[in-house]
Amino acid sequence: MNQETPPLRSTPPQSAPRGTTVFIRRHSVVTRLSHWLNVLCLSFLLMSGLQIFNAYPQLHWGQYGMDSDPAFLTVGAGESHGAPHGFVRIGSVSVPTTGVLGLSKVEGEWAPQAFPTWLTFPSYQDLAAGRNWHFFFAWVFVINGLIYLGYGVLSGHFHRDLAVKRHEIAPRHFWREIVDHARLRFPAGEDARHYNVLQKLAYIGVFAGLLPLMILTGLTLSPGIDAAFPVLLDLFGGRQSARSLHFITASLLVVFVIVHVAMVILSGPWNNLRSMVTGRYAIRKKESDA
Amino acid sequence: MTGLTRRRFLIGSTLGVSALALSGCDRLEQNPEVGGVIRSAEKLTMRAQRLLLGRDALAREFAETDISPAFRVNGTSAPDSEAYAQLAEGNFAHWRLKIDGLVDRPLELSLADLKKLPARTQITRHDCVEGWSAIAKWTGVPLGSLLAASGLKPTARFAVFHCADELEKTLDGSGQYYESIDLIDAFHPQTILAYRMNDQDLSVGHGAPLRLRVERQLGYKQAKYIMRIAIVDSFAALWGGNGGFWEDRGYEWYAGI
Repeated sequence: MNQETPPLRSTPPQSAPRGTTVFIRRHSVVTRLSHWLNVLCLSFLLMSGLQIFNAYPQLHWGQYGMDSDPAFLTVGAGESHGAPHGFVRIGSVSVPTTGVLGLSKVEGEWAPQAFPTWLTFPSYQDLAAGRNWHFFFAWVFVINGLIYLGYGVLSGHFHRDLAVKRHEIAPRHFWREIVDHARLRFPAGEDARHYNVLQKLAYIGVFAGLLPLMILTGLTLSPGIDAAFPVLLDLFGGRQSARSLHFITASLLVVFVIVHVAMVILSGPWNNLRSMVTGRYAIRKKESDA
Repeated sequence: MTGLTRRRFLIGSTLGVSALALSGCDRLEQNPEVGGVIRSAEKLTMRAQRLLLGRDALAREFAETDISPAFRVNGTSAPDSEAYAQLAEGNFAHWRLKIDGLVDRPLELSLADLKKLPARTQITRHDCVEGWSAIAKWTGVPLGSLLAASGLKPTARFAVFHCADELEKTLDGSGQYYESIDLIDAFHPQTILAYRMNDQDLSVGHGAPLRLRVERQLGYKQAKYIMRIAIVDSFAALWGGNGGFWEDRGYEWYAGI
């Protein structure tokens, strides 16, 4: 898998003149394909997942949970002073969310629904369809992830590009990168050839943390899988806990995507997009690098 | 400035594409060919689960203290037919469970007959397709023992449960509740025909006099108000042809997830 041009190494053999731009091959074809397949999968998984959540918009902890059982999160609709309103209740705190959560408009009419039609798939209420699409894309997502995992290990991609080097987690270096990020100063020149340590940690956290957690908590919702691997129930503290963790982990993934897209835009959207489509990433050579 | 307009363009085009995608999405779901591909994942799920589960992996059984205080009555809360009302009034003394179809010896059993047979009691979790769970204690006759007693013919493949409740009022009767499972689930040790719940006779809300417990699948498979069990080689000729009331309305036949 590695015989082509490996990622993160410069391809153009020509010597770069001072202060000019060179292109390096940043992302391998496997990385690019799996990235965009992930975009597709996660979009459908999120929207069909919200469709499924809408069928029972409460979250509990423990082995069981329904209706009157204590819920730590409820998205609902009610009436106050004769007017309908939507709310999100977390613990004992209720936040009005009329128009978006709990109560939103469907073709001009107020309708009680946890997430609005523009966030769910299908847009109209259809639990059966939402489930079918959720499980189809769950399969694609898992297979895609396994291919990427195999590629990442065998090609050396993980070791070369994602493994955190000792010097990178030295407090001084680490702090430097945090400060640079906070000031929106991104690596340039030779430094831009490699992922920085915050980037590495974010990717590792998602790929080795959030995504496996997503899959395992999702599987724990299956009465069939629970019979095959009852240990999952002990690991997450019950099916309803797993459902809550599935929701929370999905929310964290949404946060990651928002930050990820923001970083892509702030650090050069065209260059980043090009590198994830064609693989080519432009680096502006500083005079000191030449 | 160019950075700003570029950003605006990016945001604008992203929103535009998303809006376009959104309106196209629903059409995607309604396209039968796309739907067919999407629904094929059910077969993969069933194969994978059967491989992992084997025939006899048991669903977790809980302790008395784990029984949940509330258990929603879902679907039908009381079948509204005259015939069912009469049976309920007579405490189901005149109710008979029929087992027929591809069997050597069709059976007809009263509730008293069933209660005399060896029973199994299990405290298990009920998972509704909507997302909630409740835990209850169930007592009933293992379905496998009844099927063995009736003698299945070699062509037998599925057990179909015909129920007394009509969940949707239709002119052709297709709103009648029914469900089906294959023989692997039918002979699973935890698959029972329950007549007791939490140490009391099954209430009308929960499916009196008899309901199915098939513990490795979701709530809609746990048919209530069972009147007849037909052993068949195919359910293609029944109502919508998908093997159950909810299956005819788009839900998976294999409800292991």
